Amino acid sequence: MQRPSSDRVDLNPIEAADAASLAVHTQDLAKRYGKTVALSGLTMSVRRAEVFGFLGPNGAGKTTAVKLLVGLALPTAGQGWVLGAPIGDLQTRRRLGYLPELFRYQGWMKAREVLGLHCELSGMARSEWKKEIDLALDMVGLTDRADDKVEGFSKGMQQRLGLGVALLGRPELVLLDEPTSALDPVGRHDVREIIRQLKARGTAVFLNSHLLSEVEQICDRLAVVDHGRVIATGTMAQILGRDGAVRVRVTGLPAADRVGLSEFGNLEDEGEWLTFRGLSPDRVPDLVTEIVRQGGRVYAVEPRHETLEDRFLQLLKEQDD
Amino acid sequence: MRVLTIARLTILEASRRKLLIALALLTVVVVILTSWGFSRLPTMKGVTPAEVRLAASQLTILVAFMFSGVLALGSILVAAPSIASDIESGIALAILPRPIRRSEVLMGKWLGLAVLVTLYAAGSGVLELLGIWWGTGYLPPNPVAALAFVAAEGIVLMTLALLLSTRMAPMTGGVIALVLFFVAWIGGIALAIGQTFANDTIINIGVGSRLLIPTDGLWHGAIFYLEPSDFLAAARAAGRARAGNPFFADQPPPVIYVAWVVAWLAGLLALANVSFAKRDL
Repeated sequence: MQRPSSDRVDLNPIEAADAASLAVHTQDLAKRYGKTVALSGLTMSVRRAEVFGFLGPNGAGKTTAVKLLVGLALPTAGQGWVLGAPIGDLQTRRRLGYLPELFRYQGWMKAREVLGLHCELSGMARSEWKKEIDLALDMVGLTDRADDKVEGFSKGMQQRLGLGVALLGRPELVLLDEPTSALDPVGRHDVREIIRQLKARGTAVFLNSHLLSEVEQICDRLAVVDHGRVIATGTMAQILGRDGAVRVRVTGLPAADRVGLSEFGNLEDEGEWLTFRGLSPDRVPDLVTEIVRQGGRVYAVEPRHETLEDRFLQLLKEQDD
Repeated sequence: MRVLTIARLTILEASRRKLLIALALLTVVVVILTSWGFSRLPTMKGVTPAEVRLAASQLTILVAFMFSGVLALGSILVAAPSIASDIESGIALAILPRPIRRSEVLMGKWLGLAVLVTLYAAGSGVLELLGIWWGTGYLPPNPVAALAFVAAEGIVLMTLALLLSTRMAPMTGGVIALVLFFVAWIGGIALAIGQTFANDTIINIGVGSRLLIPTDGLWHGAIFYLEPSDFLAAARAAGRARAGNPFFADQPPPVIYVAWVVAWLAGLLALANVSFAKRDL
């Protein structure tokens, strides 16, 4: 289903985007598979050395977007640049690291051999292989299994190896497609640490994920996609919005009187707890005064920070309405 | 050179997955058994050296048929999954975003498989011919040319299966290549019958099949170079009696036909490259 471009809430456009200074820049990038629209006009920018979250429900077009960026699929419309070069550029791929969502390595090879193959394919000088391979193995915690065949690896270990492959050669941009999908909590924590290390050394990270907590913890900026289109983009604060919500615990207030309180914000009635969304902090005393005036007894007033999940679901709902 | 990296990877995979050792062991067993069989020919009661030579030459062609059949089917079995299974398993997703062209991956696979096909044709052929020579003292007139045609037949089928592999599931591509191989074989028999009875329609069908799928044409090249001249003269004298015999070749393949096979291979490889380059993964 295509949506008009006016639906897009672009909260932080990068003005006069100079593709060369950005890690990723796309302009109306689109992909159709026959009659199915996988991506309809993706416009976004990822800056150098930032961790960028690409968030969306299943089937939103996240993996398609990444495949277009690394040249695995050809766009049907629009343009894109990666590290200043048009997408698919062969030489630029030397400076890219990529972890696919669903992948497997040659089971008959040892982990060290898989990494060696990717060093060779990326055109790295042979004298650097050992150092790079040892570094990658160390970062993903596979040093002890370096000489084991990949066919004996669990899904989580394969995922770690995939991450190691993506880190080879100190890429300037690493695209990670659902990097923690097969990992246990320890593995997820390790991946977040690796992403922080990458950021610290100036590597841009494009994190494709539907795990909101993950994105919330490590991303500098993010884009929310739905039905193949960006519906919001910006920093976490910009996406979440400045107007918070307030939860008030009240007794003795008849249901009929509660309706009148909706002038203070979007009211959610959960029995004793009332949540007011979009309420500015300076109006909270007025709200409490009004509740007391109507005979209500106030036990608690809690400012509530909207989570990314709340905002994400709200954005998707707005799109569907 | 990344083509060579992929070619080496293809050969290494065949080795690590124990394909090479399995083929080598089976070939040695077959060579030992057939050599023993050939060595019984001169010991048969009342048999003359000329009869041993005639029987050995005919049995050599039959054994070559068996080896070429194994090579043909083997070529299809290893080439049909080569690209397709890499795509299905996700191996291609990890390799292709590297600074390597898809054409380099495809040509690397082709080169690696071509080396494997040639190694098998040369290795099994030389061992078998040595066994026959040990058992009977017979050697065909031009064994090198015969083995080259057998290897070319394998390479043709491998290339066809590789092309299909860029778009089809391994099973589908393999079955299609297999069917075409047998259709071409029947087309070759039709051609022989058509020529014997001077039937233009059947000749055209046979020639068409040999041009479209050149496996049978190459197999007949191999047969011709395995036939001793005295046998060839006797068979030609037999006239219509030899019609449709799939183990007889009256003439060597003309140079223009060999050139056609080379062009056919180049054309299919070009098509495979275009097909793979345009495929969304």
